[in-house]
Amino acid sequence: MSAPSPSPISHLPSPAAGGAARLTDILRFNTCGSVDDGKSTLIGRLLYDSKSLMEDQLEALERSADITGGGQVNLANLTDGLRAEREQGITIDVAYRYFATPRRKFIIADTPGHIQYTRNMVTGASAANLSIVLVDARLGVIEQSRRHTYLASLLRIPHLVVAVNKMDLVGWSEARFNEIRAEFEKFLPRLDIKDVKFIPISALNGDNVVDASVNTPWYPGPTLLHHLETVHIGSDWNLNGFRLPVQWVNRPNNPTDPRLHDFRGFSGQIAGGIVRPGQKVMVLPGGQVTTVKEIWTYDGSVAEAFCPQSITLLLADDIDVSRGNMIIGQNHLPGSSSDLLANVCWMHQRPLVAGKKCWLKHTTHNVQVAVTALNHRLDISTFETLPAPAELALNDIGEIRLRTASPIFFDGYETNRLTGSFILIEQGTHATVAAGMLLPPREVVRPDATDFVI
Amino acid sequence: MSDYHLDHLQYLETEAIHVMREVAGEFERPALLFSGGKDSICLLRLAEKAFRPSDLPLPLLNVDTGHHFPELNTFRDARAKELGAKLIIRRVEDAIASGFATPAPGEVSRNRLQIPTLLAAIDEFRFECCIGGARRDEEKSRAKERFFSFRDSFGQWDPKNQRPEIWNLYNGRLNPGENMRVFPLSNWTEQDVWEYIRREQLAVPSIYFSHHRTCVRRGGQWLPVNDIVPPKPNEDVRALVVRVRTIGDIISTGLVESPADSVDDIIVEIAAARVTERGSRADDKSSEAAMEDRKKAGYF
Ligand SMILES: Nc1nc2c(ncn2[C@@H]2O[C@H](COP(=O)(O)OP(=O)(O)OP(=O)(O)O)[C@@H](O)[C@H]2O)c(=O)[nH]1
Ligand SMILES: [Mg+2]
Repeated sequence: MSAPSPSPISHLPSPAAGGAARLTDILRFNTCGSVDDGKSTLIGRLLYDSKSLMEDQLEALERSADITGGGQVNLANLTDGLRAEREQGITIDVAYRYFATPRRKFIIADTPGHIQYTRNMVTGASAANLSIVLVDARLGVIEQSRRHTYLASLLRIPHLVVAVNKMDLVGWSEARFNEIRAEFEKFLPRLDIKDVKFIPISALNGDNVVDASVNTPWYPGPTLLHHLETVHIGSDWNLNGFRLPVQWVNRPNNPTDPRLHDFRGFSGQIAGGIVRPGQKVMVLPGGQVTTVKEIWTYDGSVAEAFCPQSITLLLADDIDVSRGNMIIGQNHLPGSSSDLLANVCWMHQRPLVAGKKCWLKHTTHNVQVAVTALNHRLDISTFETLPAPAELALNDIGEIRLRTASPIFFDGYETNRLTGSFILIEQGTHATVAAGMLLPPREVVRPDATDFVI
Repeated sequence: MSDYHLDHLQYLETEAIHVMREVAGEFERPALLFSGGKDSICLLRLAEKAFRPSDLPLPLLNVDTGHHFPELNTFRDARAKELGAKLIIRRVEDAIASGFATPAPGEVSRNRLQIPTLLAAIDEFRFECCIGGARRDEEKSRAKERFFSFRDSFGQWDPKNQRPEIWNLYNGRLNPGENMRVFPLSNWTEQDVWEYIRREQLAVPSIYFSHHRTCVRRGGQWLPVNDIVPPKPNEDVRALVVRVRTIGDIISTGLVESPADSVDDIIVEIAAARVTERGSRADDKSSEAAMEDRKKAGYF
């Protein structure tokens, strides 16, 4: 290896210089599964046993135990932060919790199991590196376990943990654990999850959560926390094709400072790849080709920037670029089309029918869109697809075809989450009604057709 | 590929800058709520990172309860000036005088009265979006917040019916009268905030550091002795060495006894802390759902 490359956008004091300064990474995970499988209890247990709770939080927990719980502390109350949730003993919306061990920082999303709140489960899961699907050992795999496992796979969450919970209620039966495991293994091959781990736990009592259980001598694997601390999270970001969706045009409009007078930068978060000054780039939709003059950041110009850093690009030529445009590199060209195929999760009470018009938000680009066809709907119990459904109802998953008012520039969701995803926004109510994952493009941007250097 | 790796602060930073720029891109009249507290100090640095070398494309807004620590207001004004940012201040005092805000009989705290004052300011300037420094780790109803938090035309938050928020695609669409609150620091913890202050070498108001102060024991905490609610003869008054961990009004902010007089010390202190930062604020303790209720009414 040659000399270390300069660390872009970072003026980190060396780890030693800052005393406690640490270079830690973040694991984002969520809990999912059916109502009452013990998701919130598990998170409470994880926080409690890893000593991530503070005294005042414990006091509040004990206070509410005295008032409502007959003296029994309810760990789910740690994340069920809304009054309506505590009243009903269910989770309605995602709660985020944060904790750290010496090995890693964690962002937890505790998502609801109730089918009515599936959209909140998707909200919590969309950014996760890892999903924990809980299963009640007494009930085994039920529809909601399948739905959430499928969604985790559709969202391409790279790691899955199946936590078989309430093992205390099935007498710590190894046979029951293996049965549930076998049920999962029957359908897992049909999904796209690379790494799956099965762990027998009792969230209520803490077995195999932070501390290894004496009740499961037949289980040789790691505790849940140990697994979370050590699971390898490679880069979730695509570093191949350079993509900069323009968020904001940076024009100081400063007539007195000559340095700023002509400054015209394009600010955004890199959604794929790496960029360097001198590199040729193309601006879409215009197709103009130009060169990167400078990568400007508040901390000074940098020699290189990569996904997902936030930067401001200065270009060599004066080109018309505005919010919603995309600046791309010359390799790994994105798709370009106004006729799109996507998997969607429908999130509104009003069902989706063909012909519906919406706003589509893709990267920083807002465009009108019509749903031209419903290709199929997924049957969660069989994982079969049912062709040409009449509608997609709330919480349905299916493949649809869309036509946008102008072409969008995108990648398949499987190659790039940031340029392969979109949301649909209902006109009038402005409700977010669908989460969409684009299928791989059938046609990419053709540089020769648009190549003109100005 | 370790060359192309962001540490956790860099990750939180780029996420927050992205959110700020989405605000600038999607709203015509946004504002940034700047109190001079540690979270909003980080927000301002992130705004600089998002928008420089341009001027900040949004004014700073502060609701002055009249019960602020004087050090905080001095810092607030100086920092705004240094940045060349426009600072709008709206006072609870004035909102009471003009009838926008009406205190209940005997109500001394300005906590509730900030809400109508803020909503009146939003109306006055027709702000569609206010960026705030709230973090999900502060409190358990905040843990339920979206980055883009929708408020109806009464400024109310409806926690049972929030917009789904998927990936980094934020839905900023509003109908007239509706409003958005945006929280770029959603995923930051208290520890992250101080580590960022250290990395960026940001100045903070002096009251965050250890200092001598006369305090009065009330409701299980040490409050600063002040003129608004002066000590009663039977109250325990002492000279202590203290600092603030989270800044609220001078009549309700609990002080922690602490020798921490540098950012490094504070980071060490927080890492070892056994109570949350909100544990020192009387306004959140009154009931399990105190914060949820205030947020539903239009609180930040
Ligand atoms: N015996 C036993 N009970 C458990 C266990 N884990 C959770 N429970 C109980 O199961 C019930 C439901 O737990 P929650 O944690 O609220 O379930 P949840 O999955 O978060 O439910 P939703 O969020 O509403 O979908 C509570 O009464 C828990 O005490 C366990 O390991 N053993
Ligand atoms: Mg729950």
